Amino acid sequence: MHQTFDAALGIDLLHANQAGADHNRTHFDEWGITCFNVMSSPGAGKTALLERTLAGLTPDLKIAVIEGDMTTELDADRLRRYNVPVIAINTGRSCHLDAKMVAGGIHRLAHEYNPTEFDLVLVENVGNLVCPAEFEVGEHVKVALLSVTEGEDKPLKYPVMFQEADCLLITKMDLAPHLDVDLNQIIANVRQMNPHVTIIPVSAKTGEGLSEWFDWVRTEVGQLAGMQSLVVGH
Amino acid sequence: MHETDMTKALILTVRDWWEAQPERPQISQIHLTVGQFTCVEPASLQFAFEVQTQNSFLQGAKLVIRETPLIAFCHRCQQEYQPEIGIQYACPTCSSPMEDIRSGRELKIERIEYEQFNYMS
Ligand SMILES: Nc1nc2c(ncn2[C@@H]2O[C@H](COP(=O)(O)OP(=O)(O)O)[C@@H](O)[C@H]2O)c(=O)[nH]1
Ligand SMILES: [Mg+2]
Ligand SMILES: [Zn+2]
Ligand SMILES: [Zn+2]
Ligand SMILES: [Zn+2]
Repeated sequence: MHQTFDAALGIDLLHANQAGADHNRTHFDEWGITCFNVMSSPGAGKTALLERTLAGLTPDLKIAVIEGDMTTELDADRLRRYNVPVIAINTGRSCHLDAKMVAGGIHRLAHEYNPTEFDLVLVENVGNLVCPAEFEVGEHVKVALLSVTEGEDKPLKYPVMFQEADCLLITKMDLAPHLDVDLNQIIANVRQMNPHVTIIPVSAKTGEGLSEWFDWVRTEVGQLAGMQSLVVGH
Repeated sequence: MHETDMTKALILTVRDWWEAQPERPQISQIHLTVGQFTCVEPASLQFAFEVQTQNSFLQGAKLVIRETPLIAFCHRCQQEYQPEIGIQYACPTCSSPMEDIRSGRELKIERIEYEQFNYMS
């Protein structure tokens, strides 16, 4: 006769993506690269921040960009002006980058360049506050951007990303005087769920806060490179 | 939209299990645990599951989703509390930030129920 049986699985739904993220991170560690996953809602200023970052940190730091938020090829061209490799990922209609897409990007990077020459890979994720936080791509550091035009309540409404961020950049600070936005309230809302996050208010337009951001990036890259060389034994 | 991806991951995992069973049993139910502090919306997941399992080995299988609440532990008060998602995450008693999440981040395939011919009975 037919009977009903039960099989216990206990498997994480994101298991496959997690395994892919570990694969990517192993590459980064072997190559001595720090990887940042840069996330925000659409238009919060990721590409503008990356442009400023490339202008401010290269050639001291060797940087490559994995671009997953292309509205047009123009975005990648904006970044290529800084003479860094910009690997564009075709995300199709996906609302986030996943580890496999980024693996394709870093394998291409390794094929076309000597990956050990790079210090930092900046991944610009798809503009979306919801799920990029859930799909690791092999990053060491999560950077979230929130523009002052988005309102104080966004961290409360989309908590997962803000809860996981290592650094929060509050962007478009030049616009703050024109808006009814309470910077302290944004900060308090984020700190409720992520007390240790580094928060830096910045403006890609005026340059406000960028030197603090650059220092933070240099420190993160330096610390991780130290650990990577200990483990790999270079 | 990422529920589509989640469902793909779910189906692949279940297919791996199913293909490893010599009898290829008829799967009747898949039990999931979905935390409330994740990006997954159970209703969207149900919908994506129905769409993606049509005419597959999972045709007719039911997806049973158990939602787990967001529960945090306040170290200062030495007690658990339930943050109000979208409104307040800090401890309602002492306002300490939410640091220690005890439940609500789960995205798990717990178990599979299946029908199989039993020779013994
Ligand atoms: N005023 C102002 N506008 C900015 C700033 N950063 C970006 N923007 C503008 O915001 C829009 C979206 O920026 P972009 O970098 O493409 O955002 P992304 O979608 O997150 O990559 C563009 O029109 C930018 O010029 C800033 O610091 N100040
Ligand atoms: Mg962009
Ligand atoms: Zn590889
Ligand atoms: Zn998504
Ligand atoms: Zn408390």
